[in-house]
Amino acid sequence: MTVVELSPFSMLVPLIASAVCALLPGRLWPWLLTFAAAAASAVIAAITLAAAMDGPLSYAFGNWEPPIGIEYRIDAANAFVALLVSAVAAVILPWAKTSVDQEVPERQGPFYALFLLAFAGLMGITLTGDAFNVFVFLEISSLATYALIAHGQDRRALLAAFRYLIMGTVGATFLLIGIGFLYMMTGTLNMVDLAQRLPELRDTATVEVALAFIVVGMGLKLALLPLHLWLPNAYTYAPSFISVFLAATATKVALYVLLRFTFTVFAPDYSFVALPLAVVLMALAIAGMVVGSWVAIYQANIKRMLAYSSVAQVGYMVLGVSLVSVTGLTAALLHMFNHALMKAALFMALGTIAYQVGSVRIEAFRGLGKRMPWTLTAFALAGVSLIGLPPTAGFISKWYLISAAVESGHAWLVALIVITSMMALIYIWRVLEAAWFRQPAEDAPAVTEAPLRLLIPVWVLVAANFYFGIDTRLNVGAATAAAEALMGGIPGGAP
Amino acid sequence: MRENGILRVIARFVIPLILLFGLYIQFHGEYSPGGGFQAGVVFAAGWILFVLIYGLDLGLKVIPERVMYVLTALGVLLYSLVGLAGVALGGHFLDFYPLLEDPHAAQQAGIILVEFGVGVTVASVMMLVFTLFARRRSWWDEVDAEADGEGR
Repeated sequence: MTVVELSPFSMLVPLIASAVCALLPGRLWPWLLTFAAAAASAVIAAITLAAAMDGPLSYAFGNWEPPIGIEYRIDAANAFVALLVSAVAAVILPWAKTSVDQEVPERQGPFYALFLLAFAGLMGITLTGDAFNVFVFLEISSLATYALIAHGQDRRALLAAFRYLIMGTVGATFLLIGIGFLYMMTGTLNMVDLAQRLPELRDTATVEVALAFIVVGMGLKLALLPLHLWLPNAYTYAPSFISVFLAATATKVALYVLLRFTFTVFAPDYSFVALPLAVVLMALAIAGMVVGSWVAIYQANIKRMLAYSSVAQVGYMVLGVSLVSVTGLTAALLHMFNHALMKAALFMALGTIAYQVGSVRIEAFRGLGKRMPWTLTAFALAGVSLIGLPPTAGFISKWYLISAAVESGHAWLVALIVITSMMALIYIWRVLEAAWFRQPAEDAPAVTEAPLRLLIPVWVLVAANFYFGIDTRLNVGAATAAAEALMGGIPGGAP
Repeated sequence: MRENGILRVIARFVIPLILLFGLYIQFHGEYSPGGGFQAGVVFAAGWILFVLIYGLDLGLKVIPERVMYVLTALGVLLYSLVGLAGVALGGHFLDFYPLLEDPHAAQQAGIILVEFGVGVTVASVMMLVFTLFARRRSWWDEVDAEADGEGR
């Protein structure tokens, strides 16, 4: 079996496993199958990335030749995102077992089946080279995600899931309308084919409208301010495991789709010229960075605080995109990867606290530093990465973002990036201050350190934050290759 | 509605036809309009009409909820296994040519099997969704009845 023949299995393994998982009884077997599927998927994605660095791989489903059949077209960009999604799933699942046993005690077979569906959907969106297939997988992952969020213990999870359902459906519909317009104009759904046929039609209003619909639709799934309203509640009330997975992967995949459409399907010299996309994205990204960080400072629920922080971090990624240069895209993709590491570590530390303490409100953190030193230290170190201090992964992405901003003549952005990083310092510090410098309330329940089966995965991710801050060959190398692959189709590079 | 004689007689006459039409769409899907999805919906509609007329309890005797649930997953598995058979025999996923020697027969067999999987899953999901909503209704009726009882 060649690498090309192996490549779609990083999506197929979780998809098929989900059908089996739905039928498995008890608590051990569903989890074991899910973990095995995620690990296999991650290994296949890693092999695929290694091969895709040399040139795009193409896999025709059912041996129907593209552009008639559905094609998986894997270059450095989507192989990178696919590896990110599957590796995150494989790393957090050992941690998830304990947390899910507490938060979703019954019917775990269907729960893990839904998770596998959401995961397979994200992999499918990433790997496919067919525009309509993107929509189908988007719906698979979104529908599964709504149900997963509704599994939260708090009854407000139902409302959060419903709001996400409404907003997510609007976003997916916008994407579908955009794809429909493109199909109407070109008669093809294959992305490579679309990219070849669209230049002739570049002056038609239909194509412009299609681009606008796709950008807004993906902006919704991406939680780009002001379309972020679904995100804080969804992350806050979902089960801890799902919060970790969504925070680390879902918005990243939406960003990838946005990049794929604006850079590959529409060439950047079209999408950033026909519409004032660079200006709009930059303005919204800055607004997201500032507002997200600002609102995060005032949250009493720490899970919600991290959710607003995610809105701000999405802003950094989109800011990198709006610079429309290889360095800017590298920064965006790099931050995509690094943000997945730091947010997964933070949400896992928080989930561990939720498991031990039963609350993630700021009052519950008082005096916790002495009682759960390992968990809180992990939270602090992941927080350092979020703020962006060396030698963490967060520093690397901020560094690239600042270089890209200076390179494209927007030196004033540096001040904004530094200021919003300071705001991150403030909201992370609030938690640490409560944990180490406040006395616990007198009626606070006795709390002990979390079990090792929760701590070890958290610390693995914290260590990854430092590892990828020091040895940047994998993340910077892959992000650069991915950025070049995205900019690649255009002779002469950036406009 | 259950007491209405006209409805009961017509339903008894129509339900077998609906189920038969569902199967017709299913097994002619590979060369005429139709296929698993439409067939599954039509087939499930027959069962749903049965439940509307004869009640959920009787409907669940025909096909218990647990069975629907298992069928949902089995349909997907049938689809995937046919897809994987193509890979095992040296082709791509969902490649039907390696399945049989004659290319036309191979495509036909592959499509029928895959679409049967789709049909089973769609029909059982439709029935499952309907059952869950119907359950909810009877649950609310019980709550209302209790509230009325307390009111008196």
